[in-house]
Formats: sequence, structure tokens, C-alpha cells
Amino acid sequence: MKRKWRRVAGLGAGIALVGATAFLAAGCGGGGGNAETRTTVSGLPQSIGKGEGALNLIEWPYYSDPAFAKPFEQQTGCKIKRKDAGSSNQMVALMRTGGGGGGGEYDMVSASGDASLRLIAGGDVRPVNVDLIPSWKDFLPILQSPPHNTVGGVHYGVSLQWGPNVLLYDPNKITPAPKTWSPIYDAKYKGQISIPNNPIQIADAALYLSSTKPDLGIKDPYELTQKQFDATIDLLKQQKPLVKLYWVYDTDARSAFANGDVSLAAAWPVDTLNLQKKDVPVGETTPAKVTGWADTWMIAKRAPHPNCAYLWMKYVSTPKVQAQQALIFGETPANPKACPIMNQMEAGSCSRYHLDEPDAYYNSIKFWKTPVADCGNGEKNCIDYNEWQKAWTQITG
Amino acid sequence: MVDSALEAPGAGSSLRRARLWLSATFWRHRWVRLAVLLLPPVLAFLVVYVGALGSLFVSAFWAVDAFTGKIIHVWNLDNFRDLFGSGGTYLRIAGRTIGIAAAVTALDAIIAFPLAYYMARVAKPRMRTLLLVAILLPLWSSYLVRIYAWRTILGHDGALNWLLNKVGIGDVDLLYTNWGMLIVFTYIWLPFMVIPVYAALERIPDNFLEASADLGAKAWRTFRSVLLPLALPGIVAGSIFTFSLTLGDFITPLLVGGGKNNFIGNVVEDYIGVNSNIPFAAAFATIPVLVMALYLIIARRLGAFEAL
Repeated sequence: MKRKWRRVAGLGAGIALVGATAFLAAGCGGGGGNAETRTTVSGLPQSIGKGEGALNLIEWPYYSDPAFAKPFEQQTGCKIKRKDAGSSNQMVALMRTGGGGGGGEYDMVSASGDASLRLIAGGDVRPVNVDLIPSWKDFLPILQSPPHNTVGGVHYGVSLQWGPNVLLYDPNKITPAPKTWSPIYDAKYKGQISIPNNPIQIADAALYLSSTKPDLGIKDPYELTQKQFDATIDLLKQQKPLVKLYWVYDTDARSAFANGDVSLAAAWPVDTLNLQKKDVPVGETTPAKVTGWADTWMIAKRAPHPNCAYLWMKYVSTPKVQAQQALIFGETPANPKACPIMNQMEAGSCSRYHLDEPDAYYNSIKFWKTPVADCGNGEKNCIDYNEWQKAWTQITG
Repeated sequence: MVDSALEAPGAGSSLRRARLWLSATFWRHRWVRLAVLLLPPVLAFLVVYVGALGSLFVSAFWAVDAFTGKIIHVWNLDNFRDLFGSGGTYLRIAGRTIGIAAAVTALDAIIAFPLAYYMARVAKPRMRTLLLVAILLPLWSSYLVRIYAWRTILGHDGALNWLLNKVGIGDVDLLYTNWGMLIVFTYIWLPFMVIPVYAALERIPDNFLEASADLGAKAWRTFRSVLLPLALPGIVAGSIFTFSLTLGDFITPLLVGGGKNNFIGNVVEDYIGVNSNIPFAAAFATIPVLVMALYLIIARRLGAFEAL
């Protein structure tokens, strides 16, 4: 359940992000942006004070699982109050009314890639001094200052967990083992393919076209001009008759795979592991270019318990907690020092969740962010998320 | 008891007078009594049902600001232009929804008629009760459970293919197709067709059929000229349920349709839940309302409301 909504609705909630355009333009652009950066950074806390005795979180269900939240409460005296969110939209709404703009109720939110930018653009979260989070320096370089939570050099949170989108295949039916995404666009496998029912899948297709049709000049799969966008939509329309299932819940993709309904699926490493545990023959490929998702803990602008918030960020970034959360949810930690602890808890789990890959692997992942009209090069001719959603309805409808 | 307790001197008599006056007024002006009696439910109906429909219809003519995500209260027809343009996507989805709803209704009527006939006119009371329970029992289980059960039946390695392989027919891939949805819908809404048809058939007096036989009509002629016309209001009443329930569903298309055979309801959910574009969702939702209104007018002509 959680999985579905974080990605579908999470990603989906595009409209308000268009507002980020204006913000990003101001932040990245001229001298005004730099001045803004300086003033914000100077206001950062230089040390973490004593905990205020409470911490109110907006989170994906169980993101403060008692397994690691209990010891935190005992150590710091910060009593955690949870508010589960079902979607990124809901997270943003809760923050608007009770966290940032509205105020004073919530301290933190575990925002996913798209929501994080919306919250920054809306002024709902405050800059964070990452120097106070010792483990931050150990993070995978790509997750230290990723564009979905760091704007103009200012950090608005600390990365938490992430996952790549990978290709699952049935080794008995698909030979030789695929190395790229091409099988899911191949008419040979008609009726055996499952992909996520999610407009962000357009980015995956754009990424595929960036290698197969280099003359389109696609550099960032989330920043597409009209011509690049049209070519991508054409590819997805050709793909539709081949697709057996556009999955909404990743458990649906699993069961379709286990029941022999599909033999190729774009899904997550956790699905591979789950199928392997059930002795379903399954292979996993991470093609050279993939998309991925990532979550960030952010502090509300008017957080009533900022010290507890910093203590929590510090705590959840430590290797042990990172490992615990990763194995509870089937995610990959941002902190690779969690690797040996993961292996201790479950032999071989570190490499199964791709936490011991070379840098080239991580650099190839395009973490999702919601598409906006601003292409990032000063031009405003990119297709925004609203259009992505409409196009997706037309493809699958 | 209460009256006598209230009959204190002075206060009691004025209260009594008021009561008498009230009942006299109600007696003299019947409409006042009627108004007092009906006003609360009618008001609730107007506000809850008609009001909701009205606001739905009105918001279909508004727009959403792409920048802020807020609804702009400016009258325009853009939503309807998108609905009928956009490469025919939405018309295709509406056509699929209405087509499958009609097919489900027809299929349910064909299955329900002989079943209801047997229950109403042939089966012994014991058997009749047993069948009624068997038909109604699934309604006690969760709708979702039944859909998931069908997914395991229709899946590639499911019970259906296992059976077909046993008898040597081979695999059929019904899950995530329109055919799969048709089967699941037909199963799920069947009780809503059987019950009204059963009620209609049970009401036909035996001597009608005897008279038909006495006049020399064969079984087929009796069915066509006596049974079917008398049962028709029941069939139409059942069809109102099966048609409208299918028309408004979005869970079966989601779970059995595979995401590529969307219904109107799926698009509405997408636009409200993911995109926060309520005006467009409202515009699309007016289509099933119009279709259903048309359907009800026809059903009334066929006398379905007398059989409800």
C-alpha cells in the first residue's frame, strides 16, 4: 500500500510544483539568489541543543518504526508523535496547514523526491546545517546534495533511503539475460510485459530514447522539449499493445510475475527479493541508465521542537538505523556504512540492495523529480508535469 | 402520563389550548401537515443529492490554475473541449465503460432469467430457500475479496487454465483484458438481477400459463407472449442496478483491467487524487450521469418502477 501511494500519488502531485519553477529561477539565477543563500545559511544553528521532549513527524507509515524509534526516545527523551501520510499530496497539505505556512504543529516530514521541491518552493521547510549530522559525510556522494533536496547550494533536509528501478525477467522465458531496457519495448514479448502505471514512466522511456536515438538530444529525462516529449509518447503508445499489466501496487507486479502472467517487469529490487524467497524463477538487471526514487527528512519552517528534529536526523543517518530501516522496508540506505550491519542482520543483503556498487552505478541513476517548464538552462520550453499526466492518461486510456 | 403531569393550572391550560389549536390547524389545512412531515427529508434530499449533483455540474465549467493548483472560478468550456478532443481518448474510455456496462447487463439478464424462473415456479420451497441463500451469500463477503478471488481464477497459472488444460483446450489469457472484466462484473452484480426477476416471475398467476396452453400455445409462444412481457419490468429493474453499478465502478478495472482498460471512474480518480484537477473530473463525471438519466427515462417507459 505504502509503496504504491508514495510513488503514484507521490510522484503524481505535480501541479503545485510548477511553482517551483519561479523559485528555482530566482534561486539559481542572478545575484539575488546568492544573497538569499548567504542570509539563509547564516541563520543556521551551529550546535544541537537539548531535546524539547517531543517530536511530531509526518511520515510514510512506519518510517519511525518502533524497532529503532523506541531506543531514540529513551536516549533523547524526545517522545515521537506520528502522523501517517498516504501520498505526497497529503504530505504537502499537512505541512502547509500544520508545519510550514500554517504552523507550529509538525516538526518534520519524510518527503519523497517531488514533494521535497514543492515544500522548498512553498517555504514550508527550513534550511538545514548538515555539519550537525556527522553521518552525512559518509553518504553516497549522489545523495549528499541531490537536486531534489538541495537548491542553490542550500540543504533543505538529509537524504534517507532510496531505490533504483530495475528490470525483472523470467530466466526460463527470456534468453539471453537482457542488459538494457529494450525487451520491454520489443514486440517479441507482446503480452508478457508489466510496467508501472505512473506518468513518471515517461522519464524511463525518455531515458531509453536518450541512448537509442541520440539525435533527439535528451540529456535529462525530466526536462523534455516538445519534440523530445512527442517522440517519447510515440514510443509509449507503440509499447501499449505489448503491455499486459500497468501495475499500481508493486505487489500486483509480483503476483503477475509469480502466476506467469508476465515475464518482464519494470519494478524494484525488493520485488526481486520477495519473488526469490517464494522460489519464483526471476532475474534482475540494472540497465546502464535507470531512474530511481529517494526520500528526505525535512524540518518544518515553524517546527516547535527543532533540537529533537536535528537529533532525529542525526540518529536515522547512523549506519545501524539505516540498516534496520532498509531491511524493514526493502529500501537502500543513503549511508553505505550500513553495509556490514545489513549483512550481519541478513547475509548478503547489502549487495542485494545495491549498496556496494561502484560509483559509476550510482552516477547512472536519474533520481526522479517532478518535471517543470524551466529546463534549467534559462529556457522555459520544457513540458511540465500537468502535460505528463494528460499524456499518460491518453497512453493508457 | 405526560399530559396529566403537564396539566398544572394556568400554564397547563394554555399549553393545552396551543395543542388543540395546532391539531385543528393540521386538520383544517392538510398541506401544512404534509409540509411539516415532508420538509426535513425533502430538504435533505435536495441538499445532499441534488446539491451535490448541481455543484458537480457547475464545477465542470471552471478551470484549474496550473501554477498554483487552485480552482479558478471563470466560466469556460475548455474541459468539455478536452473531453471531446484529446485524440478521442476520453470518448474511447466512455465508450468502453458504457459498452461493458451494457454487455454485463445483457449477460446477467440471460443468466438470471432461467435461474429466477426455476426458483419462482419450479423449485420446492426448501430448494428455493437454498438457492436464495446461495445467491445472496456472496453479498455478505467483501467485494474486494471476490475480485481478488477472480484474479487467482483468471490468472495465467490460475484455476481456469488448469481446468482447460485438463480437458485439453489449452491456455486462455483472460486476466487484464476486457473479457476478464466482463466475467468479473457479470458475477459480482448477478444477485442484483436475479432478485427483481424472481419477484416479477413469482407474481405471474399460474392460470395465465394454463390459459395460454389451453389456447394452443407451445412453450416458446407462451414464453414470448406471456412470460417475457410480464417479467420485463423485473428485468429492466434489475438492469438499472447492473448497469449503474458497472458504470460507476473503478475497482474492478483497476484490479482486473490491468491499467490499460480504464473506466470513467479511473480517470476521475486520477484527476482528483493525483492531479487535483476537480473541474475536469467533474466534466467527465457528467457523462455517466447523463447516460443514467436517459436510461432511467427508458426504464420508466418500460414499467420498471412498478416492479421495484
